[in-house]
Amino acid sequence: MKARVFITLKTGVLDPQGKAIHHALEGLGFSGVNDVRAGKLIELDLAEGTSDAEIEDMCRRLLANTVIENFRIERPEPA
Amino acid sequence: MKSAVIVFPGSNCDRDLAVALELVTGRKPEMVWHRENELPDGVDFIGIPGGFSYGDYLRSGAMAARSPVMAAVKAQAERGVPVIGVCNGFQVLTEAGLLPGALMRNAGLSFVCRNVPLKVENSQTLFTSQYDSGEEIVLPVAHHDGNYQADEATLDRLEGEGRVAFRYLDSVNGSARSIAGILNDAGNVLGLMPHPERVVEPAHGRTDGRRLFEGLIESVNA
Repeated sequence: MKARVFITLKTGVLDPQGKAIHHALEGLGFSGVNDVRAGKLIELDLAEGTSDAEIEDMCRRLLANTVIENFRIERPEPA
Repeated sequence: MKSAVIVFPGSNCDRDLAVALELVTGRKPEMVWHRENELPDGVDFIGIPGGFSYGDYLRSGAMAARSPVMAAVKAQAERGVPVIGVCNGFQVLTEAGLLPGALMRNAGLSFVCRNVPLKVENSQTLFTSQYDSGEEIVLPVAHHDGNYQADEATLDRLEGEGRVAFRYLDSVNGSARSIAGILNDAGNVLGLMPHPERVVEPAHGRTDGRRLFEGLIESVNA
């Protein structure tokens, strides 16, 4: 069973990496970019039956730093 | 004074911290590997060194903060044992929840490696009694993720409670309110990005860091 965890910086938290990517895109001539925020995608291969609560616990305790980051869990619809 | 220095895979200032502590205390610290579940008996002081534990994977300090030895460090910190985290050690302490806030990528994106002027904001702490409040000192920094961030309420509380120990006088890394080092609410855990252990004897060119360790010894012996 696979799950994907998307980790993004909270709104208002400065993202120097996103800023640098934004500048680089502008340098390549892409003028229509208003803002760039960079995040992380973590793919988990889990034992069958792993609960949502358990994945959330993984996020809170390690995968995301909830002081500065939000997380979103995506898993395939149960068959 | 019996001290312990925690060593993680990827620590690289553990030896510097040990040499500084031996110089100031006259006793070699115990080097404690991250897999240990316990600290040596009767440790008076714990140091968490700089470096790049676990290659800064996931987030700087994130893996190290969850290693077995950190549960022991937390337990000792709760008992009032002084703990100092320098650079990566500061990142580990925030990730472990022993200090508030987080250390993010430097605002300028560059790795910053130079001497920086700092203001000692509070000399009434376990660590800073050998400095004067408002005194200007110079310590070296060497980091990529030293941009201290916390929500406004936390920052106000840190300032109001005298828990900002050191503040940058220059623009260094984009830290909120130019914070370079903070204390926990009990005042026995200090995290700072600059490296006091790198300037403890005349051969280092400066000795501004030495008084931090001397102040600590005085507090422990008091």
